[in-house]
Amino acid sequence: MNSQPTYDRPMAKLRRIWALVRKESLQMQRDPSTLLIGILLPVVLILIFGYGLSLDVKNVPCVILLEDPSPEAMEVAAGFELSPYFKTYIVTDMPQAKAMMLNRTIDAIIRFRPDFARNVALGNAKVEVILHGSDANYARIIQGYAEGVINQWQVRRMAAGKQANLGPVIVQNRMWFNENANSHYFLVPGLIVIIMTLIGALLTSLVMAREWERGTLESLFATPVRVEEILLGKIIPYFALGCIGLTLCILSSSYMFNVPLRGSMLVLAGSSMLYLLVSLGMGLFISSATKNQFLASQIAVIVSFLPAMMLSGFVFDIRSMPSFVRFITHILPARYYDELLQTLFLAGNVWSIIMPNVAILALMAFVFLLLARIKTQKKLD
Amino acid sequence: MLDSLLRIIALTIKEFLAVLKDPKSRISLFAPPIIQCLIFGYAASYDLNHVPYAVLDQDHSRASRMLLAKLDGSGVFERVADLNRASDIKPWIDDARALLVIQIGQNFERELMNGQTTTVQLIADGRNSNTAATASGYVSSVVAAFNAEIRASKGEPRAAVTVVNRVWYNPNLESRWFMVPGMIATLTMLQTLLLTSMSVAREYEQGTFDQLLVTPFHPSEIMAGKAIPSWIIGMIQATLVLIVAQFWFRIPFAGSFLTLYACLGMYLMATIGIGLLVSSISATMQQAMLYNFVIVMPFILLSGLMTPISTMPPFFQTLTLANPLRYAIHFVQRIYLENAGLDLLISDLWPLLLMGVSTLSLASWMFRHRFT
Repeated sequence: MNSQPTYDRPMAKLRRIWALVRKESLQMQRDPSTLLIGILLPVVLILIFGYGLSLDVKNVPCVILLEDPSPEAMEVAAGFELSPYFKTYIVTDMPQAKAMMLNRTIDAIIRFRPDFARNVALGNAKVEVILHGSDANYARIIQGYAEGVINQWQVRRMAAGKQANLGPVIVQNRMWFNENANSHYFLVPGLIVIIMTLIGALLTSLVMAREWERGTLESLFATPVRVEEILLGKIIPYFALGCIGLTLCILSSSYMFNVPLRGSMLVLAGSSMLYLLVSLGMGLFISSATKNQFLASQIAVIVSFLPAMMLSGFVFDIRSMPSFVRFITHILPARYYDELLQTLFLAGNVWSIIMPNVAILALMAFVFLLLARIKTQKKLD
Repeated sequence: MLDSLLRIIALTIKEFLAVLKDPKSRISLFAPPIIQCLIFGYAASYDLNHVPYAVLDQDHSRASRMLLAKLDGSGVFERVADLNRASDIKPWIDDARALLVIQIGQNFERELMNGQTTTVQLIADGRNSNTAATASGYVSSVVAAFNAEIRASKGEPRAAVTVVNRVWYNPNLESRWFMVPGMIATLTMLQTLLLTSMSVAREYEQGTFDQLLVTPFHPSEIMAGKAIPSWIIGMIQATLVLIVAQFWFRIPFAGSFLTLYACLGMYLMATIGIGLLVSSISATMQQAMLYNFVIVMPFILLSGLMTPISTMPPFFQTLTLANPLRYAIHFVQRIYLENAGLDLLISDLWPLLLMGVSTLSLASWMFRHRFT
């Protein structure tokens, strides 16, 4: 009747895959550490990124060093005292200010030299802003705020009909997609990249390597189950776990942090699932290539998680990296996913960005899954 | 006492052999810190040196060209397009081909000549608002220089008040000077935690822990035998990163090596204590690895390396007090850049010491109770 052996019938295939998926999900349920990564870690990260981290600097502790307590100096100093960006202490001598800087109770000294009032009259007064430079980015932000305070003072002076040095050219800034420069707007999409990478690459790299190390894969090889079916049996449950994490992220991004989703939800979900496949494929490839949990975990951290944080363009601008680092970012799936998310959340459906990035991710998913398939042979060495 | 010491030494040697005999794991211990420090040292910078921008110059005057020449000559801005219509702005920003678009209105030169103030529109791609704000700041400083020239050429009196910036400890405000020393602490933590907890978990999983328990070793000696090799490897990793920082990135080391190593030693004790604690609650390597991750991620994010601690809300600032990495990044930077002595670092050191002592003693208690 049927020349096909019974174990090759499609129904039998499906049953085997289903059995493997069940086995894997039972294992997941019984080992709390898997669910910890799949569900608790996303929640913790969402809270940290959403409420803990911010690049919006406020209340910078600083000292106003008034070596000249003239009305002019006091007037400029008042600008700092009233600014929400500064938390000021008034001090009258340098050694005291310096001591505060040394033990880092303050991050900046705004210094008015003794001849300040006289120089204002002459038209060449200087306000010295001394910054604690060890965190350069932070220092630069403070520097910008200090200049802003002085500029505002100039505006008031000009309005009062006195000479000021504003202009003649004034820059009018507009930031598209994020008018108020809210740092959540780019931290939250970056967070989704990290969580998807963690669930995909880290978890799967360990589970497969464990089966190799413990020899349980050998017993599977003795059954009629095919290699593709083993891989699918791993992919399906972790894909489902990843989708839970994804849902948590998307819900919190719009309901907790009010990050606008200007693109389509469908494209967002689709490309996220595609990325999940890429990172699952990467994890499976790492584990079948190393067949050792310790190595697999180390490699997974080094090639997936850390680059997703540092090299994806989520925090640091890729264009400003030297060319060899830029080259590395090109082989990094997180980079393409991050670009997709930033655009989908903030700019909308910009197809000229979506199409190439989706195409590259699809290619990467294919390559990694293929590599994992090649590296997983029903052979014992 | 002497016997105990000899046993610990024997165990340490065994542990080193177990870690170092496999060439793959040997490489995985020492190559990654160096490679990561190199790559992230270049990548992890908020400084921009390549800002693609487009221009919509509706004035086409000498003055507007002068301003643009200043931007092009800064070495940071790269003009990717000259636009003709305002409707062209959107596609260039949307496609992320330009980070900034500068729009100069048609009255630019006339207003300048008449001594009026005039405006330049700057549109930035805010998908990464931090990058956008930094780039806009660069434009403002170029424009400020342009303004100073115009005023000087007109013989106008100098400005009433100007700002003079002075930066201590990092005169050129280079992000790298902050990031790379911070990595000495971050990269070592990542690996010592993993190494410690995984080496214990591996023995559970492979059943060799039971073999150790039938030897005359006391549980705390077994623990010491696990802690000492990790501590030494951590110190070596820190040294490797330090070498890269000094000889590759040439970040001047202002402090004393003795102080740095004394502090690092204390810090590593705290991380190893945490690693042992993690391993004592995990039954398998997978669990050890995943628990580690749940701890390490918040440690890194709330360390002050990526975003300053002072910008966090008070609740999270309090949480960072339990984060060993926070103290370590702080003391490494202070020793490295500011030449801080031990007396200034006490506020960083006592929490680390407390963490080290409490985690190590808790871990040894857990070890005893699990196996006796």
